[in-house]
Amino acid sequence: MATAAKTNEPWRWTIAEAGEKLRAKAISSVELTQAHLDRIAAVDADVHAYLLVTGETALAQAREADARLAKGDDLTPLTGIPLGIKDVIITQGVTTTAGSRFLEHFVPPYSGTVAQRLRTAGAVTLGKLNMDEFAMGSSTENSAYGPTHNPWDLTRVPGGSSGGSAAAVAAGEAMGTLGSDTGGSIRQPAALTNTVGLKTTYGRVSRFGLIAFASSLDQIGPFTRDARDAALLLQQIAGHDPRDATSANVPVPDYTAQLTGDIRGLRMGIPKEYFVEGTEPGVTAAVQAAIETLKGLGAVPVEISLPNTRFGLPAYYIIAPAEASANLSRYDGVKYGFSVRNEATDLIDSLMRTRGAGFGPEVRRRIMLGTYALSSGYYDAYYKRAEQVRTLIRRDFDAAFTQCDFIISPTSPTVAFPIGDRVDDPYAMYLADLFTIPANLGGICGLSMPGGFSAGLPVGVQILGNHFAEGTILRVADAFERVTDYHTQWPTLATAKPKAKKAASKEK
Amino acid sequence: MTATTHAPAETDYEIVIGLEVHTQLLTHSKMFCPCAADYADDAPNSHVCMICMGMPGVLPVVNQQAVEYTLMTGLALHCSIPELSKFDRKNYFYPDLPKGYQISQFDLPFCQDGYLEVEVEGALKRIGVTRAHLEEDTGRLLHRTDAYGTGFSLVDLNRAGIPLLEIVSEPDMRTAEEARLYMQKLRSILVYLGVSSGRMEEGSLRCDANISVRPRGQKKLGTKTEIKNMNSFRAVQRALEFEAARQIEVLRAGGRIIQETRGWVEAKGITVSQRTKEEANDYRYFPEPDLPPVHITRAWIEEIRAKMPELPDARRERFISDYGLSPYDAAVLTDDRAWADFFETTVASVTTGDPTTRAKSVANWVTGDLARLLNAHGQEIVTSKLTPAGLAGLVNALDAGTISGKQAKELLERAFATGEQPADIIAREGIAQVSDVGALETVARDIIAANPKAVEDYHKGKGAAVQFLIGQVMRQTKGSAKPDIIQPILVRLLDALKG
Repeated sequence: MATAAKTNEPWRWTIAEAGEKLRAKAISSVELTQAHLDRIAAVDADVHAYLLVTGETALAQAREADARLAKGDDLTPLTGIPLGIKDVIITQGVTTTAGSRFLEHFVPPYSGTVAQRLRTAGAVTLGKLNMDEFAMGSSTENSAYGPTHNPWDLTRVPGGSSGGSAAAVAAGEAMGTLGSDTGGSIRQPAALTNTVGLKTTYGRVSRFGLIAFASSLDQIGPFTRDARDAALLLQQIAGHDPRDATSANVPVPDYTAQLTGDIRGLRMGIPKEYFVEGTEPGVTAAVQAAIETLKGLGAVPVEISLPNTRFGLPAYYIIAPAEASANLSRYDGVKYGFSVRNEATDLIDSLMRTRGAGFGPEVRRRIMLGTYALSSGYYDAYYKRAEQVRTLIRRDFDAAFTQCDFIISPTSPTVAFPIGDRVDDPYAMYLADLFTIPANLGGICGLSMPGGFSAGLPVGVQILGNHFAEGTILRVADAFERVTDYHTQWPTLATAKPKAKKAASKEK
Repeated sequence: MTATTHAPAETDYEIVIGLEVHTQLLTHSKMFCPCAADYADDAPNSHVCMICMGMPGVLPVVNQQAVEYTLMTGLALHCSIPELSKFDRKNYFYPDLPKGYQISQFDLPFCQDGYLEVEVEGALKRIGVTRAHLEEDTGRLLHRTDAYGTGFSLVDLNRAGIPLLEIVSEPDMRTAEEARLYMQKLRSILVYLGVSSGRMEEGSLRCDANISVRPRGQKKLGTKTEIKNMNSFRAVQRALEFEAARQIEVLRAGGRIIQETRGWVEAKGITVSQRTKEEANDYRYFPEPDLPPVHITRAWIEEIRAKMPELPDARRERFISDYGLSPYDAAVLTDDRAWADFFETTVASVTTGDPTTRAKSVANWVTGDLARLLNAHGQEIVTSKLTPAGLAGLVNALDAGTISGKQAKELLERAFATGEQPADIIAREGIAQVSDVGALETVARDIIAANPKAVEDYHKGKGAAVQFLIGQVMRQTKGSAKPDIIQPILVRLLDALKG
């Protein structure tokens, strides 16, 4: 690697590399943080990954980290590392909008567990990242604050809903970011931006402080530029939280210790249902090549079947909107957030006006879908059946993981699509999550790793693992990265020269 | 065909009543967050946190104590407890419901198929309990008017998230009185278990009723109305009596009952229509995804059962068999756990007499003078200044003949008012009763000598003269001599004079 060339552009480093340099005092956290703020100032006008850059706070945190580094004790691999956080994760005192007009001025009075853990670890927070409103979308076009652009082609989407988190890592605007994945919202944007995105096992990471979309499916996870960095980030955010009754009391292993590079004998499940017509040839070719590479590393291919895969999408579009319809009921204009109650004639009028104007069209669509699915007389036909499908999909995975150690598939059937292409066709948009949704319904873990390019656009390879087998899928991804260089490729935009320090901070 | 029809008599109708009772549970913290549950009289929105305010991103965590209280209540009501229970979301919009849904229980409540027994006209009647489930209370709206006369509402979320246990009865009650008795019995059990304060007036215990009437002999239930806003046992009975009569009148006049919610207006003694069924909500219940199902093991149930106190029925029986109390006294004393506790603690400290006399004596004091004083001063027995130890001291002194019955009554009132121990007052003020016959005889001779008119009257056969002389002796001894001791002495001395 051309480490020398990278020295001038610290935003190109991985978290692992930067951590070594910080601890060796080769660079300070303030310098590293400033380099990222400069990078944001240079490119974010084009990318629009950030909704809010908290430059002053970041530098203050960096100074604290430097003091900690100077003492040399109580260090974590994240101490002094500048990161970004999806704007669906609550950050105390820092405006948290969930990409919605509704929460435009919402400054949370508390911090979520994950944000707290990052602070405890000594990480630096650069700001809050763009997303589809309330995490509903696959392109980040549903953000109330405008779309994020894919650094690989600014006319295309970065995927979603965690598009800002993905684009920030891809463009060097953060060393790592946090996103949330309800039906693919980490993996699909990772695939479209040539980053590593890890959706953790349901219960692995606390959801306390994650603004809920679909509670039984939502999970927080990291975006990074390689598997090792994902392991480092996961290490700090994983673990039981008494404030989240659905968080699992399962020990957290040492994830980096599992990155042995050795995947010999690991059984690689190839699900026939995930290799179907409709997937772009370039995507299929890249995934086939990845399969060959992993075989070469000693993985043993096993053809498996996940027969209920095709029911995943329809079941998801019942369950997720149903839960969302309740989760979003708190936005009533009474306690906080957007409200037009002063113009309203009565309570119902106030609710209708507030929710009608405060939510964007996709959120309104899903609230209506979910409300309908739960309505008296329709519950059995929709919600109950969807829950039955969820059980079947879980059983599919349970059976599959008796035959294999991990499952490989495309992450997304397509590469990044042009901005505006699918906005008027929700169903086409929903298909973007065809291969990612089953993992959420099954509650298992999965990641997307850079797997090559199709016509210059990144292709993601999805690796799924059993419950709490994050270590295994990270090992596979790390082994793959050791023999490939896709993950080290930068988008053209990333080579743009930093402009003069214009408005280093958008902080309010 | 019959040409004439007669309107059926009022007694031709059967009344059918089922009750939905809500009680707040006496836990330290709220149902799903760490806020203190004891919010009474505190400033609005002073017992709130981001969880019970429904902030974005928060999650509920189940209060284990509330679950145990629920299961304990279920056991006391002879319910079956499932191995698996879960919470559900009940969706509706209202400003007192911060999340826009209430976490409640739908199809797998903690308790099902139980009963309790009430005594109706000397016979026990069993009333079925359909289910008991756990949920969270809502906040409160305060309606105000601004300076220009425009109405507005304020939201107080102190109450939001308080654990609320809903107990639903079968439609087994046939009179308004039975409904009141059920309510009183249920309150008694809840208070015994220590899970509820039982205060209807403060709204910690609430009651809604479903009531319908049907011609006697008809199997099919009549159309029901739901009655709300009954804030006392008396209100329950009065409201249901009114509503039954109203429904019967409508039917007798050939009318039809509309399914609706009606509110009891205490001041006017009537129920009025609040909401018809057409406006009813579709609550769209579905399983609460933020809370895993609750597994209830046998061992857990046994652990809870072991913690259960003696319940009112068992205690009443024991009071009859162990203390020899009349069923009436036993019932009065055991209805409220605090009264029964007061009684038993007092009896245990009384040292004079045989056990039965002791108990009877204490029971009389508690249900008589003490009850009267508590009632007159609007006080609760638990906060009474007269303590069980105080009452025991009083009974001991009375039984020992140290004080008279009259003195005892006075001492009880003083102790009740000041909180002083009656025994201390006796010692300090020297109010020991004169029971020394020799000393009394001296006083009696002086009185006889000083009242020749009365002596003459007595000798003329006017028995009332003795009462006068007894009174004089008592005055002289400042009431410390008992009349039944004075009388024989006086009579003996008077008869000796005559002879």
